Amino acid sequence: MTAVPDIEFRGVTKRYGAVTAVSGIDLSVPPSAFVALLGPSGCGKTTCLRMIGGFEQPSEGQVLIRGQDMAGTPPYRRPVNMVFQQYALFPHLDVEANVSYGLRQARPRLSSSEIRRRAGEALEMVRLAGYGGRKIHELSGGQQQRVALARALVNKPAVLLLDEPLAALDKKLRTDMQIELQNLQREIGITFVLVTHDQEEALSMSDFVCVMNGGRIVQLGQPSEIYDEPADLFVADFVGKTNLLAGKVAGHAGDLVDVALADGTVITARKRTSLRQGEAVSVSLRPESLSLGASDSGPLKGVVRNRIFLGSTAEYAIEVQGIGTLLAKADHLIGQGNLFKPGEPVAIGFAKGTPLAFPETKNSGTNQRVNNHVEIIS
Amino acid sequence: MHGNRFKHNVLTALLLAPATLWLVVFLVLPFIAIAVFSVGARAPEGGYQAAFTLAQYANLPARATAFWNTMVLAPVGALACLLVAYPVAYYLALKAPQRWRLILLALVVIPFWTSLLMRTYAWMYILGGRGIPALLAFVGIEDVRLINTPGAVLLGIVYGYLPLMILPIYVSLERLDRRLLEASADLGATPLSTFLGVTLKLSLPGVMTGFSLVMILLLGEYLIPTLLGGGKVFFIGNALVDLFLQSRNWPFGSAIAITLVAVSVVVLIAANRISSRVSGARRVDLI
Repeated sequence: MTAVPDIEFRGVTKRYGAVTAVSGIDLSVPPSAFVALLGPSGCGKTTCLRMIGGFEQPSEGQVLIRGQDMAGTPPYRRPVNMVFQQYALFPHLDVEANVSYGLRQARPRLSSSEIRRRAGEALEMVRLAGYGGRKIHELSGGQQQRVALARALVNKPAVLLLDEPLAALDKKLRTDMQIELQNLQREIGITFVLVTHDQEEALSMSDFVCVMNGGRIVQLGQPSEIYDEPADLFVADFVGKTNLLAGKVAGHAGDLVDVALADGTVITARKRTSLRQGEAVSVSLRPESLSLGASDSGPLKGVVRNRIFLGSTAEYAIEVQGIGTLLAKADHLIGQGNLFKPGEPVAIGFAKGTPLAFPETKNSGTNQRVNNHVEIIS
Repeated sequence: MHGNRFKHNVLTALLLAPATLWLVVFLVLPFIAIAVFSVGARAPEGGYQAAFTLAQYANLPARATAFWNTMVLAPVGALACLLVAYPVAYYLALKAPQRWRLILLALVVIPFWTSLLMRTYAWMYILGGRGIPALLAFVGIEDVRLINTPGAVLLGIVYGYLPLMILPIYVSLERLDRRLLEASADLGATPLSTFLGVTLKLSLPGVMTGFSLVMILLLGEYLIPTLLGGGKVFFIGNALVDLFLQSRNWPFGSAIAITLVAVSVVVLIAANRISSRVSGARRVDLI
């Protein structure tokens, strides 16, 4: 017998008037998983989360929680709790009253000693023991985040929903909280569904990433799959940094294609879907899969324009005649002096099988992408 | 450095001067005069005669009825106003479709642009012999008396002061973060407990502002009891008019006025205390 999924979407569509926010989504989230819904703003990820929480009703299809159809079930009768964007803590209540709010709604009523005990436990879990009497506005952003977590977890939900929970924190705190959230999820063992537009956050924290675009799921998989084997051009471009090189299919060999780039160079790439001879394609090359060498040791030749030294690595913007500016990333080994200087000619190579060819989609507007990378690094 | 600060101070003083002057001449000085009058004695032909006596204050019980009427009808009127205003403000702020909101709000305020006197006269007609009682007689219910009753005064009060109650409540509800309501529902609260535990509590500053605004104005109310109470429902405001203009007993009138101000201040402070304690949030300051 397979376990009943914690969350299941069956053909879920959500329309607001003429606008379709979510379009025919099927999704099944296994128990005790950490899932990230990842996508650009307006991709429907928050709508999906709000349909689980019960704040929106699907126009079509079903949302099931632990096998139960949630149609018509109001938010206050669903076994899920949410950590809201910017936390939505009650300003008129102190920390303990915020955390115990859910407990005080329980019917039959819990005894006040029971409420105090469980609220205390929840605060301890997020390492805020002793903060119970504080006012919300006296807390830092990170502490408010923890109060929101404790408040959502105190009712022991089947699923915890997190709506951009780290967006309001600074970078250092965000990294700490990522680790803390991951530990918390393992510790209590319930399913976490995280909504984020930050691909780094999605990749670093979750067991599964569900990439969404235009109201649909584009790819569902483990973070490394999403990064290494993106399903289409959108995922390749959205998740992580990549170089997209425009070209045309020049030849086939099994699941490999030869692609003629704009400057006439032919490179061999793996393909994800069948491609016609002469079809316009984009070839994705991750910056870290490029290797830089002396001026005639690789298929592409260019000139270093910018160098961004990051300590353990260095990033280079390299202008390749007829193709555009490519972003390359190289490990920096101390004492090896392997840094290239701006103005230096370099040859760009890559391991066989690392380039991925995708059919050029009409609506994604990716034709300009190669040039856009200049913005990322300057 | 010093010159700059001096210039800055002069500018501040100049900007504040008109308002300060206005308040001193028309509020502080008259108030001092009234305070002085209140410990004085009535001149034989009426007016004020210098003296120092608390006799006027000791005489306050002579106007106990006016005090009693005011002390009962002002809070009851403010409460009735609140009960009518809250659902309206709630609807306007949380339920009304966005594009209708401003229009509906304008509809609340527009009657305010007509003089209160005119509107109260209109009520005199509606409640008077040829108004609703005539209509009731037509369907067989005879001898209903509406005008010149405390009920009529209450109705007039609610009608006249409704916008003053609706607006501050609307403001505090409009500011309410909707995600707090979702958070409450998410944590298992039924719509009723969300209303009691979140919405109502966070709108209390607006409620208190509206309540004290209406109540303080009611403490000095004169027009509505005169027109709709027909001299039978006598407010402090009516007593003041009577004492200053008819019987010319200025010292006694002053004592009553001072007492009224003292009561208003107490009400105001109490309202602010309660709202900041319960909601813990910022106040809606209209006064």
